[in-house]
Amino acid sequence: MAETAPIDFDLPAGARVVVAMSGGVDSSVTAAMLAEAGFEVVGVTLQLYDQRASRRDGKTCCAGRDLEDARAVADRLGIAHYTLDMEARFRAAVIEEFAAAYAAGRTPIPCVRCNERVKFADLLAFARDLGAAALATGHYVRRLRGPAGFELHRAADPHRDQSYFLFATTPEQLDFLRFPIGELDKPAVRAIAARLGLPVAEKPDSQDICFVPDGDHARLVGALRPDALRPGEIVDGTGRVLGRHAGIARFTVGQRKGLGVAVGEPLYVTAIDATRARIVVGPRRANLVAAARLEGCSWLAAPHPEEVVAVKHRYNEPAVTGRVAREPDGRARVAFLEPQAGVAPGQACVVWRGTRLLGGGWIAATEPVRDAAAARLDGVLAAP
Amino acid sequence: MKGEPVYLDWAATAPVRPEAIAATAAALREVGNPASVHAFGRRARARLEAARRAVAGFFGVEPDAVVFTSGGSEANQLALHQARGPIAVAAIEHASILEAVPEAIRLPVTPAGILDLAAAERLLAEHRPSLVACQLANNETGAIQPVAELARLVRAIGAHLHVDAVQAAGKLASAPTALGADTVAVSAHKLGGPAGIGALLVRPGLPLRPRQPGGGQEGGRRAGTPNLPGAVGFAAALECLSGFDWSAVAALRDRLERELRAIAPELRAVAAEVPRLPTISCLLTPGLPAETQLVALDLDGVAVGAGSACSSGKLAPSHVLRAMGLSEAEARAAIRVSLGWSTSDAEVDRLVGAWTALYRRWRQRRAA
Repeated sequence: MAETAPIDFDLPAGARVVVAMSGGVDSSVTAAMLAEAGFEVVGVTLQLYDQRASRRDGKTCCAGRDLEDARAVADRLGIAHYTLDMEARFRAAVIEEFAAAYAAGRTPIPCVRCNERVKFADLLAFARDLGAAALATGHYVRRLRGPAGFELHRAADPHRDQSYFLFATTPEQLDFLRFPIGELDKPAVRAIAARLGLPVAEKPDSQDICFVPDGDHARLVGALRPDALRPGEIVDGTGRVLGRHAGIARFTVGQRKGLGVAVGEPLYVTAIDATRARIVVGPRRANLVAAARLEGCSWLAAPHPEEVVAVKHRYNEPAVTGRVAREPDGRARVAFLEPQAGVAPGQACVVWRGTRLLGGGWIAATEPVRDAAAARLDGVLAAP
Repeated sequence: MKGEPVYLDWAATAPVRPEAIAATAAALREVGNPASVHAFGRRARARLEAARRAVAGFFGVEPDAVVFTSGGSEANQLALHQARGPIAVAAIEHASILEAVPEAIRLPVTPAGILDLAAAERLLAEHRPSLVACQLANNETGAIQPVAELARLVRAIGAHLHVDAVQAAGKLASAPTALGADTVAVSAHKLGGPAGIGALLVRPGLPLRPRQPGGGQEGGRRAGTPNLPGAVGFAAALECLSGFDWSAVAALRDRLERELRAIAPELRAVAAEVPRLPTISCLLTPGLPAETQLVALDLDGVAVGAGSACSSGKLAPSHVLRAMGLSEAEARAAIRVSLGWSTSDAEVDRLVGAWTALYRRWRQRRAA
């Protein structure tokens, strides 16, 4: 992870490279590394949403502090820098779906959509139109040459790895993408920023969801989809009413805190019934699932049906093991080797072989352990 | 590929003429407030009044018709400040008009980009505004507006007419003051003078209520120590422009449009069917975002403009093109190329070359 290790950018000398610059330290160092290596770096900051509401310094421009930081870094590096207005695109491709998912009782993961539909689609097309040889981003992932083309791998620093968010990347996109900091850990990135005197060297990491800077996603969802904040009942698995809630958008499957109901044992959200605005709760065992049904799958490489792969069914949970059976129409079934709690529809379920990202899909439904056991039992009973 | 940078965004601001730089620099070296009674003040006053006479002479008005301002925006707002009732403005006015009087009646334009006189007549009769504002030529398309005809309609209802000639001044055969307007806004930096100086040209006998009261400067019509270095630079720039023949620039502009259309048949020169300033070409390529064009050209060293950028640098779709009936998507696909007195054939060639390279890459990507 030493920053002195030579990096193969896989680019012709002096090539034009577009760098997505968010104003944070990771993308700033990405731009810096490419500029130092002699490439013609073009910094682009995406204007994704109106930041007026989230600014605390009283300024009223739609651009936030991050844009000013990106400009300052570009000036420091002596590279060209532009702002691309993608507010309308981001709203249609990311924010509206984010709110709709909550209203449908799912737990969305907007960063995947932003990468898939905005950064690696519109921005990538923009970079191609500029005659760039590549688009580089500050994601902590590695792009490695394999026997059958480029592969996407976990970052060298496992604590920083962001490959989960890039599961929808296509081979064509991967050909054009570069992730220079994927070989580094965060201290090394900050060290480069400090050595180059970048004004963002000490900037704190950004929050989870950029367009919900205060963390109150329910307020944003409620503004777009008031139905997601309709009050409703909290019930147990038999339909018995245990309490009331202030909107399904405030809950996710597997959640324990904030239910406001007390029975003998700890209760978890096991399902969200959007139609009836009901939160279904149960003990931990009721939360366990044996398998997840995926839709909208995308595969950089196909897992073998018998192969035990690493699986993450939630972005902030460690990987577990499972097997993947691919099905027609972009569907798949992931069977977990161990029962899993907190598998929430709407989240991405992502699959690796070792460090190599194979792909993944969106969790559409889950199979509770008890159902799967019953299904196996049925199979035994039905056998001749 | 790169070579010397090429500046084709003259409508945003023009290079300052060396003569204007020299005049401004000389004025900066002298001390003296024109309002002071001592010898320094008298000399400053003499220089200011000489500049005023030169500006007045260029526009064919009396010196006391010239009220120096900080530029076109202030001149426009000083004119709007005179309204004693409802205001009507063309829908394609500059933001310094539209945003100063958001409640104003909007006079529509035709799809060709000029004021719809029939609609204007109807709306003026209906709303009886006290003041009407219209550009002499639009800053995004260059379309020359039927100001003389509008002046007759405005006079017929007893209203006043303000003409924003910031973009047109010095580029047309007839003076902007000869069209029947009560007030005319002009700005120095669009025609080779320094930024920060402009003027409101006021019809003789028209009293002007100051928007910025205070000291008695500019005949009590605009308070503040005058920008003397700016005023003399303004005068010097106008002197350079006197008698300039714009037909060669218009020919360059026409060649540019012809060559780009030969490469991209779907490219449209907006407002090309009406009389335009010789210096502006608004080029619309359906589906090819203005942002992409601006950035690609800039990376190849060619500077052009588009719409209006907010302080974040993002481009809003042009209200001018929207008012002409173009869709938001179309409005987002238009760039403005603007030329000036020193624009060369080689510079136009550079633009054509860089744009062609972008266009081919874009076509290739879309075909893939």
